[in-house]
Amino acid sequence: MNDAQEALDIELEVNGERVRRRVEARRSLADFLRLDLGLTGTHLGCEHGACGACTVRVDGAIVRGCLMLAAQADGARVQTIEGLSDAGAISDLQNAFVLHNALQCGYCTPAMLIAAQALLEANPEPTREQIRAFLSGNYCRCTGYQSIVDAVASVAAYRKSSAGPR
Amino acid sequence: MKAPRFAYARPATIEAALALLAAHGDEARVLAGGQSLVPMLNLRVAAPRVLVDINRVAGLAGIELAGGCVRIGALTRHAELEHSELVARHLPLLAAAIAHVAHPAIRNRGTFGGSCALADPAAELPACALALGASFVLRGPRGERRVAASDFFRGLYETALEPGELLVAAEFPLPAAGAASAFGELARRHGDYAMVGLAACAQREGKTLRAPRLAFFGVADRPLLAARAARALEGKALGDAVLAEAVAALEAELEPRGDLHASAATKRRLAGVLLRRIVTELAQ
Amino acid sequence: MSDELDFEGPASYVGRSVSRPNARRLAEGRGQYVDDVVLPRMLHLAFVRSPYAHARILRIDTSRAAAMPGVRRVATGADIAQICKPYVGVLTHLAGMRSPPQHPLAMEVARWQGEPVVAVAADTRAEAEDACEAVEVEWQELPAALDAERALEPGAAVIHPELGDNLCFRRVLDSGGVDEAFAQAAVVVEDTLHFGRHTGVTLEPRSIIADYNPADESLTAYHSGQSPHMMQAILASRLGLDEHRVRIVCRDVGGSFGIKIHVYGDEMAACALSIMLRRPVKFIADRYESFLSDIHARDHRVRARLAAGRDGRVLALEIDDLTGVGPYSMFPRSSAVECNQVLNLTGGPYRHQQYRATGAVVFQNKNPMSQYRAVGHPIATAVGEHMIDRAAEAIGLDPAEMRRRNLIADDAYPCQSSAGMRFEALSHHACLDKLLALMDYPRLRAEQSALRAQGVYRGIGLASFIEVTNPSPMFYGVGGARIAAQDGCTMRLDASGAIIAATGITEQGQGTETIVAQIAATALGVQMSCVKVLTGDTDKVPYGGGTWASRAAGIGGEAVLQAGLALKKNILQVGARILKTDAAALDIVDGRVVKRGTDHGITLTELARIVYYRGNELPSDFQPELVVTRHYRVKDYPFVFTNGAQGCLVEVDPETGLLRVLKMWCVDDCGRVINPKLVEEQIRGGIVQGLGGALTEHCRYDERGQLLSCTLADYLVPMAGEMPDIQVAHIQTPTRTSLLGAKGAGEAGTGGAPAAVLGAVNDALRPLGARVTSLPITPDVVLAALGKI
Repeated sequence: MNDAQEALDIELEVNGERVRRRVEARRSLADFLRLDLGLTGTHLGCEHGACGACTVRVDGAIVRGCLMLAAQADGARVQTIEGLSDAGAISDLQNAFVLHNALQCGYCTPAMLIAAQALLEANPEPTREQIRAFLSGNYCRCTGYQSIVDAVASVAAYRKSSAGPR
Repeated sequence: MKAPRFAYARPATIEAALALLAAHGDEARVLAGGQSLVPMLNLRVAAPRVLVDINRVAGLAGIELAGGCVRIGALTRHAELEHSELVARHLPLLAAAIAHVAHPAIRNRGTFGGSCALADPAAELPACALALGASFVLRGPRGERRVAASDFFRGLYETALEPGELLVAAEFPLPAAGAASAFGELARRHGDYAMVGLAACAQREGKTLRAPRLAFFGVADRPLLAARAARALEGKALGDAVLAEAVAALEAELEPRGDLHASAATKRRLAGVLLRRIVTELAQ
Repeated sequence: MSDELDFEGPASYVGRSVSRPNARRLAEGRGQYVDDVVLPRMLHLAFVRSPYAHARILRIDTSRAAAMPGVRRVATGADIAQICKPYVGVLTHLAGMRSPPQHPLAMEVARWQGEPVVAVAADTRAEAEDACEAVEVEWQELPAALDAERALEPGAAVIHPELGDNLCFRRVLDSGGVDEAFAQAAVVVEDTLHFGRHTGVTLEPRSIIADYNPADESLTAYHSGQSPHMMQAILASRLGLDEHRVRIVCRDVGGSFGIKIHVYGDEMAACALSIMLRRPVKFIADRYESFLSDIHARDHRVRARLAAGRDGRVLALEIDDLTGVGPYSMFPRSSAVECNQVLNLTGGPYRHQQYRATGAVVFQNKNPMSQYRAVGHPIATAVGEHMIDRAAEAIGLDPAEMRRRNLIADDAYPCQSSAGMRFEALSHHACLDKLLALMDYPRLRAEQSALRAQGVYRGIGLASFIEVTNPSPMFYGVGGARIAAQDGCTMRLDASGAIIAATGITEQGQGTETIVAQIAATALGVQMSCVKVLTGDTDKVPYGGGTWASRAAGIGGEAVLQAGLALKKNILQVGARILKTDAAALDIVDGRVVKRGTDHGITLTELARIVYYRGNELPSDFQPELVVTRHYRVKDYPFVFTNGAQGCLVEVDPETGLLRVLKMWCVDDCGRVINPKLVEEQIRGGIVQGLGGALTEHCRYDERGQLLSCTLADYLVPMAGEMPDIQVAHIQTPTRTSLLGAKGAGEAGTGGAPAAVLGAVNDALRPLGARVTSLPITPDVVLAALGKI
């Protein structure tokens, strides 16, 4: 696309569904998900990439939804908390978060879960320090983080124990 | 904090990208990872009329060994650098630095070229490029040229990139036998821009360092090779007296500006502490 | 106390760490925060805000902005003033307090950088922001009052000439005998402490949708807030609406911590514009404007002196507190309460009776300041504990021993503090003992010694604290503010056998709805799963105060308990008729009305069906009442205090001034604990929030009154990597002011943490002859204390 346009048509997959929309070039991926698709589980906390509340998965990697343009997600595979939740992909993490009270107001929680899932995919047996370091890009004001670390650590242990012998 | 209106283009080739930059001049900005540019747009401190998204331009990504160098394509994501065996083996300084760059979600999008082209004085990668003597490959309307890292970083967010030029790659010479490197930064929180940081490398002969390159970041308007401190270390066996001399030389040559997180005096002091610690690590 | 009520019994949910039933949907991304709500024809607001700390508005030209795409209205202060009356944030019981009337948008003069000046309503937020850039404002910069120490000097820039000077509030507290005590004391220590301004940083920013319906002159506001009834009263009175035609709906709130209990001009403007435009108007503060307009807090300079005897007994304490707030006292809770708390609470855990405290609240051309979690306590506790540590050092006593010799004895109650605070029953010594055991204090000291010899500087900090909870009308009501100190619960048994409990307290994630269900289920004798809790909607719940000042569990919970017990009584009356026996012979066990000691009875579902569908089966002279409302207020004390003790282990790098909090501990006595896990998590979250203000968070202004920290890159909130694990333990001294016996727990963590970490840092630096008295404790501060810069 060598011409510069203020609006463009994009086509992408969101939570397994094909979606086609015309978007303003300046529309962020996070706003596209929230406003164009009604997927309000992705939250805005800062719109400058610092708080992590807008974290989603694009082509399998976690990204800041507020720092990506919807236009850049053209042709991509996007997963939000709704899709991951409905698919059962993070159900053990969600159970653990509820059990350990690793969420209070819930505003950081979708992103925290998505980040935790990415951590466990990259490092299935993280130490508490590694959990804290990885999740340092996700701001939580309510919990003080310990219950989140407890929840993630418990899921790591659970996944290991239920993986069985190789 | 919504970005102002802009027009968006997504060229598929370098030629098309350069043509767009030439056509729109200083009304256009290059969009790579977006991890620094998009916040500026959202805060409305930048309002380009045109964004040239180079993420789909072929040939700009990847890490490879080529001609005695490790060539890192400008579009290489920080995350790729983090997991690259080539980088871990040949450029351990970069591998050490990358863990300090922001957070995983940012590293999945942010690019090597983007970080160097932005040239934030507190950023890790430009300092590593400087320490390792990398060359930047630039492509513009008049063709391709190479600029040494020591000539590339000109001032606060200012580089040797001419209008209409794109940073396409960085070439890192393969370190010689006996090369050592060490990296450190001091920050209030993991992943923050450093208050002060040091990317250091040298040739190591026992406890003696030769040709040390001490690239400080967070202490000036650009990454800075501390030449006087390096001279104080050159060819001498490391000990308390030599280190003290180097720290004194460093404190004399640095003129940091204070910011919200550290005063000038603190930065000067932290630089000295880092010098001591990192150089000690270098010599081990 | 009803002999039916057994909190320790197996059927009681009180005291159990049950999971929160409303957490699951939040974990699935199915919360409903205000920005998730979309209404037909809804417009979006953005604001032009003052770029100057103090400036006259000479001219506003909105014509270019009004013509921009998507723009539906551009409104100035004068436009909004036609719909919204100004407000004054003064409480009459804070004698002498002054503040001029404040309008939602600046009228002729803007008085802080960030004050909203022009509102733009457009189809999208982006278009509204585009148009804001096209609004032309001509400013005349005025001298700004930016230094609290100079605010009252002759020649200082006076913000409100009609007031004569910049004084908002002044108070002197004097027990008498203070000078004599100092004159005789063997040991006198003095210090001046500085506390940096900081703010709440709720992850969900302030949010409101105002939906005015002109056809029935009703306004519905979807609000991210803590006090829906307060907002209802205020919107009605300021906008000239009938109060019962104003409905406030608070659903999921993404963090509040007191930030969202105040009245903000931009939110009032949103309501005014909805009335003007006769359609819904949404305003969501973005992060940048949050820093510029969410209330700040805790900007204090406190001079303190403490007099003690060689035996370690504190003889007297004196403080002088100066705080620079904003240009207006915040409406409706005022900007003087924080200073008032500092005066009231410093030294509160201790026995000394001689105390003098002076406080001055001065206006500044900076963002308004007001109540933020633990209001005043972080400062009062830090000052008190710091002076105790100073005295301990001067006398040569271990800090724990110094506290043992001075904390009010656990059997001394009821009693009063030197500031006149009335304590019903606290447990300072029990908490301190338990804390020291948890910390393994002797081992920590031994380890500290050993590490010092290796050049590693660790410090141990202790903080004994008191915490205001369960306030009576003494806080606000008596001062003329329409903020309820009582609270209510309406509980009913529905036809399905479900229990519906509607309460005036609100949920922001701390677990309000959970503990309501626990209490209701316990009172009635049913499973928690059949209790549905309604909160946060003024149309649906009894008139109450909302959640603030740690009042929900103690006050709201008591109303729930009493409603539950009353409903149970009524149900047993019905049961008596159905089962043809005396009500006294009946009980409710696991959802069934049964004859005591037998299994013979009827389910609540069946009982309800008889009442609602087959009333003919009941005696014709009997009226079943399956809906009950009870209200509760604290009568016996102005506040019901809690207490506790915190410990902090820190490691300081004296070369860099950087430090690491290795671990924290807290023993908290909040009376009867309804849900231990929820209390622990409040303490943990509160402690981390307190550490933020103590170590890294700072709203810094430059010499022109420009806020320098306006993004999350500049303003450093605690992230997971730097925070410690925190061990929490409980002691329970139930209050006798209620049946439930619960006190509050939401703020204690924040109140004590800064004191604990300050003490720990100073303990670490002591061998190096350095002392820190300035928060946040940054490398600059540590290195300066060490004389290294």
